Amino acid sequence: MKTTSIMIVGVGGQGTLLASRVLGQLVLHKGVDVKLSEVHGMSQRGGSVVTYVRFGDKVYSPLVEKGEADYIISFEALEAARWLPYLKKGGQIVTNTQQIDPMPVITGAAEYPDEILKKAADTGAKVDAFDCLTLAEQAGSSKAVNIVLLGRLSKYFDFTDEEWMDALTACVPAKFLEMNKKAFELGKNA
Amino acid sequence: MKKLMLGNEAVARGLYEAGCSYISSYPGTPSTEITESASKYPEIHCEWAPNEKVAMESAHGATLAGKRTACAMKHVGQNVAADPLFTISYIGVDNGMVICVADYPGLHSSQNEQDSRHYAIAAKLPMLEPSDSGECRDFAKIAYDLSEKYHTAVMLKLCTRISHAQSIVELGERAVPDSVPYEKKFSRVMLPVNAKKAHYAVEERMKALLEYAEETPLNRVEEGTDHSIGIITGSTCYQYTKEVFGDKYPVLKLGMSNPLPVKKIQDFAKIVDRVLVIEELDPIIEIHCKAIGVPVEGKSIFPMVDEFSQRVIRESMGITQPESAEADAVIPGRPPAMCSGCPHRGIFYLLKKHNLRVFGDIGCYTLGATPPLSAMDVSVCMGASLSGMHGFNKAAGTEMSKKSVGVIGDSTFMHSGMTGLADIAYNNSNSTVIILDNSITGMTGHQQNPTSGYDLYGNPATKIDLEALCRAMGIKRVRVIDPYNLAESEKAILEETEAEEPSVIIARRPCALLKTVKHNPPLHVEKDTCVGCRSCMKIGCPSLSFRDKKAVIDQTLCAGCGVCQELCPIGAIQE
Repeated sequence: MKTTSIMIVGVGGQGTLLASRVLGQLVLHKGVDVKLSEVHGMSQRGGSVVTYVRFGDKVYSPLVEKGEADYIISFEALEAARWLPYLKKGGQIVTNTQQIDPMPVITGAAEYPDEILKKAADTGAKVDAFDCLTLAEQAGSSKAVNIVLLGRLSKYFDFTDEEWMDALTACVPAKFLEMNKKAFELGKNA
Repeated sequence: MKKLMLGNEAVARGLYEAGCSYISSYPGTPSTEITESASKYPEIHCEWAPNEKVAMESAHGATLAGKRTACAMKHVGQNVAADPLFTISYIGVDNGMVICVADYPGLHSSQNEQDSRHYAIAAKLPMLEPSDSGECRDFAKIAYDLSEKYHTAVMLKLCTRISHAQSIVELGERAVPDSVPYEKKFSRVMLPVNAKKAHYAVEERMKALLEYAEETPLNRVEEGTDHSIGIITGSTCYQYTKEVFGDKYPVLKLGMSNPLPVKKIQDFAKIVDRVLVIEELDPIIEIHCKAIGVPVEGKSIFPMVDEFSQRVIRESMGITQPESAEADAVIPGRPPAMCSGCPHRGIFYLLKKHNLRVFGDIGCYTLGATPPLSAMDVSVCMGASLSGMHGFNKAAGTEMSKKSVGVIGDSTFMHSGMTGLADIAYNNSNSTVIILDNSITGMTGHQQNPTSGYDLYGNPATKIDLEALCRAMGIKRVRVIDPYNLAESEKAILEETEAEEPSVIIARRPCALLKTVKHNPPLHVEKDTCVGCRSCMKIGCPSLSFRDKKAVIDQTLCAGCGVCQELCPIGAIQE
């Protein structure tokens, strides 16, 4: 099995770590090698954050570099564009359309670029963009954006619904499981 | 059973399986989860110590009592614990002691990029370096065996991409070995008469460890198909090397960084035409190779700065990189910022407003240095705010000292701020200290500390009374303010900086991210009232943005702290 590289990008505090852990759990049960890499600490305070998930017969590096990602899962539109250079030629972006202003935009030092996802698609990248926040709120919490995105991502993989649900069950607290299952379904059917 | 684990979790698992019973640490990214994960095993008693020096000394004390012990810290924490490190090396141990230290190449959340391998060399301690989570678990166990066989503490060196990467770990059972009970030994008292003897013993120990380094499978040769190049590497660089070259070139993977083998390296060099050393940060393996007469290339090809990756290796060696594309747009940066409702925000706004000179410290509040708050002049290391300000004020004189403040968090104050305050009181500088007491160690992800009233497990613990402590240290002017109340905070800052004697302001309000903190209802901007003056935008709150020339508050993010409301000159911000 060839190595698949996934990047999960977003804004610190959006729940990217949980998304990568669910993916890790999902592939672990397939009996393949898997590595994840995370960054903790200061960047979790509203900075641009990225986690990596790689799986295949044998995975060495836990990092994904420029031009190497098969998939970029983005929690925010600008972040999808920021990390676009990491996408492999012909790779797939799955992204939330939500826009969160970074501090230079808040202070007026910079502008949030117009039509940023269209500009990303203009490079030839395949961009699957949809409003995850609204779906997450429908599921019961704005924090479920991560699981909505995973639901959408599931359409690109061969894992069964049961395998996804097992991974979810292993990673999310029991009291939020039903809400997250709903978020997953909403993302999948979006 | 196989489990996907963070390197830090896997270290904790290895410590657990090896029978570790006591861990004392101070939190520090990227090492924190070692102790947090270990605390999930009821057989290991875990503690947050006030600082790394205390943690290491406690862990050493616990070995004397007959337990296998550990301590964990980040690279700069090792500096704080350097004093006990060097002498624990002389005293040695009978029951295993593992010192986990996590380096930060790439410094995602730290103040320098120092290489901890220097400490192992300088303190003459064995050091092991795992390259994935599986090895984290294995090496932690081996570290205890080495520790007891050679009667020495063993350093286990990690780095960001080991500590915070997850890979598969095969779990084993816990086995507690027979321990050596406490026995009084004069040789442990480091008087010169004993210390000199101990130094001879340390040198003998290093010779014995060198023999181990030559034989151990921790240092292994992996054959390759092309012998034009051979690569010596270890830790995370081993993974990047294999990612780029697969099984093409022979690799000498070093799992033991100190002492480094001699014959094994010389023999490896004989089977290849050219030897490259791939190591992050300092050229430690490279210098060793050159010292033993093995010509190698290292830092002439690979960088000395930042973390490595497969891309860095390809770039350094002129290997083609994969194609990549960029969107045709200027993408603004997204630096970290203080959270919505962060109690530090208003204080930094006031410090900037009054153009005060701010001696900063280490914690979330270091973000007060970034725009738009931009209220920090210098930050060095844990505790340096107070001592740095003291020196400045002494040198600059009374009038200039009235424009200086030192800011320090509650946890950092307990870590190494108290000695600076003692200096301020004892040597009597006109210094104003602001203790930003958010009742938790924030940046590392909410660890308890001696001022928070809870221990590592969340059980009630002795809560150090900061006001009483400061007074006991000789500070007469001590006052407590609520940093959400800008008017009260401003008054306190102006009065205390004006006073010609030492003073402490305790700005007390818990971190807005704590689960126990109830937020006020979110505020909103009355669109028709807002005149777009941007007064509220000066505090750099992530909940506030500017749309169609009016301020807007994000209802899901806003914690209702009210600081922006206090700044609005026309009352456009309402509940």
